[in-house]
Amino acid sequence: MNIQIRKYYYGDIPEDKTGGNIASSDAKSDWALWEVFIRSKQGLDHKHVGSLHAADAQMAIENARDVYTRRMEGVSIWVVESKYIHASNPEEAGEMFEPAVDKIYRHPTFYDLPDEVNQM
Amino acid sequence: MMPVQDFVRKDFSGDKIFQDKIDNEVKIEPRDWMPDAYRKTNIRQISQHAHSEIVGMLPEGNWISRAPSLKRKAILLAKVQDEAGHGLYLYSACETLGITREETINDLHSGKAKYSSIFNYPSLTWADMGAIGWLVDGAAILNQVMLTRTSYGPYARAMVRICKEESFHQRQGFEILLVLSKGSDEQKAMCQDAINRWWWPSLMMFGPHDSESTNSEQSMKWKIKRKSNDELRQNFVDMCAEQVKVLGMKLPDEKLKWNEKRQHYDFGEINWDEFWNVVKGNGPCNKQRLDARRKAWEEGEWVREAAAAFAEKRRLKQEAA
Ligand SMILES: [Fe+2]
Ligand SMILES: [Fe+2]
Repeated sequence: MNIQIRKYYYGDIPEDKTGGNIASSDAKSDWALWEVFIRSKQGLDHKHVGSLHAADAQMAIENARDVYTRRMEGVSIWVVESKYIHASNPEEAGEMFEPAVDKIYRHPTFYDLPDEVNQM
Repeated sequence: MMPVQDFVRKDFSGDKIFQDKIDNEVKIEPRDWMPDAYRKTNIRQISQHAHSEIVGMLPEGNWISRAPSLKRKAILLAKVQDEAGHGLYLYSACETLGITREETINDLHSGKAKYSSIFNYPSLTWADMGAIGWLVDGAAILNQVMLTRTSYGPYARAMVRICKEESFHQRQGFEILLVLSKGSDEQKAMCQDAINRWWWPSLMMFGPHDSESTNSEQSMKWKIKRKSNDELRQNFVDMCAEQVKVLGMKLPDEKLKWNEKRQHYDFGEINWDEFWNVVKGNGPCNKQRLDARRKAWEEGEWVREAAAAFAEKRRLKQEAA
């Protein structure tokens, strides 16, 4: 049996063409960083999904559509420029969150009630 | 999120507290203290991973205009677009470690940063689209499923997102091969030929043997990776050796044989000379891939400029209103 397979070498083997120069690093040309929040369906919160670069808010929303909702993951998008997000300091997480640790009476399970009062 | 490096804790107990967190499966987040080497290892690994997604679009992009039907074209286009998305998720994760997008991309273009060597092989026939989906995405999936549990939070989250999208990639590839395997003699031969050419490079994707792998031990300790190269490779061989039967094709390895005692397939030795040769830049397409990326970057210059100018115009208009 003599089978010939046609292989397309054009367009996908090395050519003796030198590549272009490496683009110079100019920090200004990097677009701003934006954080993206998506509401996956009506009635749910917007949730942080990641970040991207864009020249302005509208472009950030359009890019977020393409990057984060290709499979119907969203019905609404928020974008916030990353520099406007202020965060708690992880080094101070103790002072910040430990006061809640010993207040277990804030949880329903703290209260031992007879079985007859079900549904409470 | 933006990286913040001003919380660097100077006391020497930092390393121990850090390792305790890792041992207790507490994820590391961008603003948490971390050893410099942990940061650097993650930057290297995540950026390489991102570059692989982006360069990985080239061998498949090569066939979009020549897909055999509109349906196949739409599928291939969607798949390649996913890979662009994967690159973006990963570049974003990488930036949280304090390196700019531009630095990362410059490192690719200058040849300083590596990407997966598999993409330095050419895609010569339509059957290659099948073999790439089945084998290359298949190998990537094993690695990426492991990485959904990696210790650096943003990397792990990017991986969860990516893994959700990957299984379509592997399935569409296998289906391409399945159709060819039931086709004409020429189509069957194409199918086998593509498997023959992509099998060994796919095995190389898992990297050197554990005994030769320099970064492995520390990466395991930091839980950046949780399975060794050889472990993942064995999983892959076991999977494919069964799946290839469905295609009625053969994997090009005379030594491939079920080992009852090990409950694994034995397989032949990889040609490590070829592996290192391609890593060092001498694969069939290394130069072409980098040239293509640089060209895309340069030819996109006017788009970036126009978008910035348009954004500025829009801003001025809004201020005036
Ligand atoms: Fe991918
Ligand atoms: Fe993929």
